[in-house]
Amino acid sequence: MNKTVNQKAWFLILPVLVLVAFSAVIPLMTVVNYSVQDTFGKNEFFWAGLEWFEEMLGSQRMWDALGRQITFSAIILAIEIPLGIFVALNMPKKGFWASLCLVLMSLPLLIPWNVVGTIWQIFGRVDIGLLGHTLAAMGIDYNYTQNPTAAWITVIVMDVWHWTSLVALLAYAGLQSIPDAYYQAAKIDQANRWKVFRFIELPKIMGVLMIAILLRFMDSFMIYTEPFVVTGGGPGNATTFLSIDLVKMALGQFDLGPAAAFSIMYYLVILLVSYVFYTVMTNLDKRDGH
Amino acid sequence: MDWMAWTWPTAIFFIIIAATLVVFTVLAIKFPETPRNGVLGIETTRGDRLFITLLGSAFINLAWLGMLSAPQWGALIVCLIYAAAVFRWA
Repeated sequence: MNKTVNQKAWFLILPVLVLVAFSAVIPLMTVVNYSVQDTFGKNEFFWAGLEWFEEMLGSQRMWDALGRQITFSAIILAIEIPLGIFVALNMPKKGFWASLCLVLMSLPLLIPWNVVGTIWQIFGRVDIGLLGHTLAAMGIDYNYTQNPTAAWITVIVMDVWHWTSLVALLAYAGLQSIPDAYYQAAKIDQANRWKVFRFIELPKIMGVLMIAILLRFMDSFMIYTEPFVVTGGGPGNATTFLSIDLVKMALGQFDLGPAAAFSIMYYLVILLVSYVFYTVMTNLDKRDGH
Repeated sequence: MDWMAWTWPTAIFFIIIAATLVVFTVLAIKFPETPRNGVLGIETTRGDRLFITLLGSAFINLAWLGMLSAPQWGALIVCLIYAAAVFRWA
């Protein structure tokens, strides 16, 4: 590649930069300022240096929350990505049923997070919820307020219910863009269903799939509202993910310094993973010649 | 600006970051470059290498702080070596 890159086009995004400065950069700078100071309120701050970072790095509480967060993201990605592809592969390709499927698949995506949490909170209750009551009637010991396993299952199933359709819709869009000629060639070669998927469909939807993985990873890694509404981070700390712990620390205990140090480290992890995904995505695009 | 709780060290930190971004923007305009493939196996421009340097340096500093009880300026030396390596080979 001998083409030189003209970077002047970056000036065109100046208006966005101004907006982002107010919505993200200035608050982020404030968080950095908080992370090296201590406060007891009244806008009075005392220099603490790297003390909060040191404390957070040695805090078992933060590592536990990070462990739970990684486990949660890994589980929902392992379920939602294959399930989304499976659903997309089985959706009608055109006609009335295709439109109906698309509308039905979009519905969970339109529901606000706190409403999803409330729906599942009631749905899972043993006394009045359809799911909880039915499971209890079948003799299954299910109580997400007392049993950590039940709480985890509820939070995971809720996320799968809410977000698998996003993966399915993206995979569906990718599948729709594959020209018929590929399938005809596969038919001539007498390729079976698995080989069509493995060598035609999967490589062709890899680009959108990476976007789906990136979106789902970032969203699940930052998840707050849904588990907070359903379990409140409990029982005990069983479903206390990073953002729930962070809010507890910053607003519940008003430990602004440690919470700021915590959120900077949280931000760095998300930035690193997003950069890796972004690099993989752009490299895939270049390989495919887009 | 009181609500942002500024301190001199954090102000200097952000001034250095902002100045670096300005320098790299000017460099990119004055001396347009060709992206190259380095040891990371990905195409990088100067801006990419700066980003990799800054992000990596943050993690180096955190690792130093969490694992060693040595003074923090030691991490800065490691970061400078890392930066030189990224700009030379990445």
